[in-house]
Amino acid sequence: MTWMTSTLTISRLTKTFGGVAALSDVSLSVEPGERVALLGHNGAGKSTLMKIILGLIAPDSGQISVCGAAPGKAQARSQVAYLPENVAFHSALTGLEQITLYMRLRNADPAGAMELLDRVGLGAAARRRIGTYSKGMRQRVGLAQALIGRPGLLVLDEPTSGLDPVSRRDFYELLDALAADGAAILLSSHALTEVEARTDRLLILSGGRMVAEGTLPELRREAALPVAMHLTAHNGYEPDILAALPDAIRVNDALHLTCTQEDKLSTLARISALRDKVADLDVIPPSLEDIYSHFSRRDGQ
Amino acid sequence: MITRILATATTEIHIARRNLWVLIAVLLMVVFSLVLSAAGSAPTGALGADRLSVVVASLTSLSVYLVPLVALLMSFDAVAGEVERGTLPLLLTYPVARWEVLAGKLLAHTAILIVAIGAGYGAAAAVTIAADPAAVSGLGALWRLTWTSVLLGATFLGIGYALSSLARRVSGAAGLAIGLWLGLVVLYDLGLLAAVVADNGGTFTTRVFPVALLANPADAFRLFNLTAAHATAVASGVGGAANAIPLWQSLTSVVIWPLLALVLAALAFRKVEP
Repeated sequence: MTWMTSTLTISRLTKTFGGVAALSDVSLSVEPGERVALLGHNGAGKSTLMKIILGLIAPDSGQISVCGAAPGKAQARSQVAYLPENVAFHSALTGLEQITLYMRLRNADPAGAMELLDRVGLGAAARRRIGTYSKGMRQRVGLAQALIGRPGLLVLDEPTSGLDPVSRRDFYELLDALAADGAAILLSSHALTEVEARTDRLLILSGGRMVAEGTLPELRREAALPVAMHLTAHNGYEPDILAALPDAIRVNDALHLTCTQEDKLSTLARISALRDKVADLDVIPPSLEDIYSHFSRRDGQ
Repeated sequence: MITRILATATTEIHIARRNLWVLIAVLLMVVFSLVLSAAGSAPTGALGADRLSVVVASLTSLSVYLVPLVALLMSFDAVAGEVERGTLPLLLTYPVARWEVLAGKLLAHTAILIVAIGAGYGAAAAVTIAADPAAVSGLGALWRLTWTSVLLGATFLGIGYALSSLARRVSGAAGLAIGLWLGLVVLYDLGLLAAVVADNGGTFTTRVFPVALLANPADAFRLFNLTAAHATAVASGVGGAANAIPLWQSLTSVVIWPLLALVLAALAFRKVEP
């Protein structure tokens, strides 16, 4: 993780709007080929952070390097692609005209506009006005423009909002191909279960602070949330199990038990010693939502 | 740079065509020009000018109102519309400079103005010359009116972009544009005339009044065309009151204003934070 090889490096970034801190002391880096998810509540500072990376707004303090240049400089802009949240276009233009404009602004050959629209599944609608498009189709136009050229860094704000599950899968496949090509990807999302399998690293922003950073297993370990176990007893053996496992409590027809990550195996061993009396066992690890709320609540939210 | 400006201009022309702005601008200019040329074909012998020159004098008075209006109508949405639609942040992350965006819009809107002005004046000239072939001697005056109208239009396009950047909301920009149009082309002259009358030949009339006329792009435009055609005699009001201003001064104002307006627009646009 050196300054030279990272596509995006941010160190000790701070931004306040009218005395209210939108970002405080945020540091992060994204390497070429890495897919990083930025998580946080509404107002956590995700969009502000992205706009600073893009050079749309200036930070109060801190250093940023985007593809080896200051954000917003021509060198940075020529290598950074952006997909805004709720992307909008002029409704009088057709998808093809809009993409042609963007390609020419990026110095790309507009002859490839049709192929690009085909790639995001808009080939058939390319010559219709964007005003007639559905939200999902507009999102695909936004995605198409982010694929123009070979961007070194993609900044995607809620990229899959408005996409159906099949389109989402296609979208992540496109991202995988870009990352394999060496592009660094920073995307924000509310859909935690979705980014879990599709990104290399998670960043959690809360109240303008970076409260957690790492892969999902790392965050799981750091959060050290208890594991829940749900047991169903064979008829009549419930008192025996409760006697053997004094921590268990009865909820409806099942027995609930929690333990720390370290005690998980020994607890399982105690349960398997009762195997004649236990009809069924569910082991429920802390969900991504639990881990997420753990971190985003921790910092005074 | 040229590619990016041309790409922006092409897009703006697509938008203006679909929004019917091209059609509206052309129709407005043609209809009003034809009405005026019909009215101007009345007997003109007493003035000793050819018919087309008289029509040009009428067209000058028309254009001073209509060209700024059409230009402002096309430009008030330019920046505020992008802000309100939410298309501006994405555009500004592209490797395109803000002045290039404005230049592209200006190029497209000026091209539309040229088409509208050409169609309007061309129709007026065709009708007049068809009625009186001797009127071709007025073509020089018509050509002068044409290019100064384009410069006047460009000035108000630039002012419109500046207002659009300052307002940041389409409704606010529209209000500012109409207010500015009323102020510069209607109230300004009324105010000056009232001041001249009250002053009764004092220092205001001799010192301030000529400068005030040159400072207003619409007045400078009218002044230049009427002075150049030696037609101040047929002009009424402000045009007639200022025949003492040399031609080069009004020409300078007509030429400098578009550049000044574009600089104002670029400065205002630079301050817009998406």
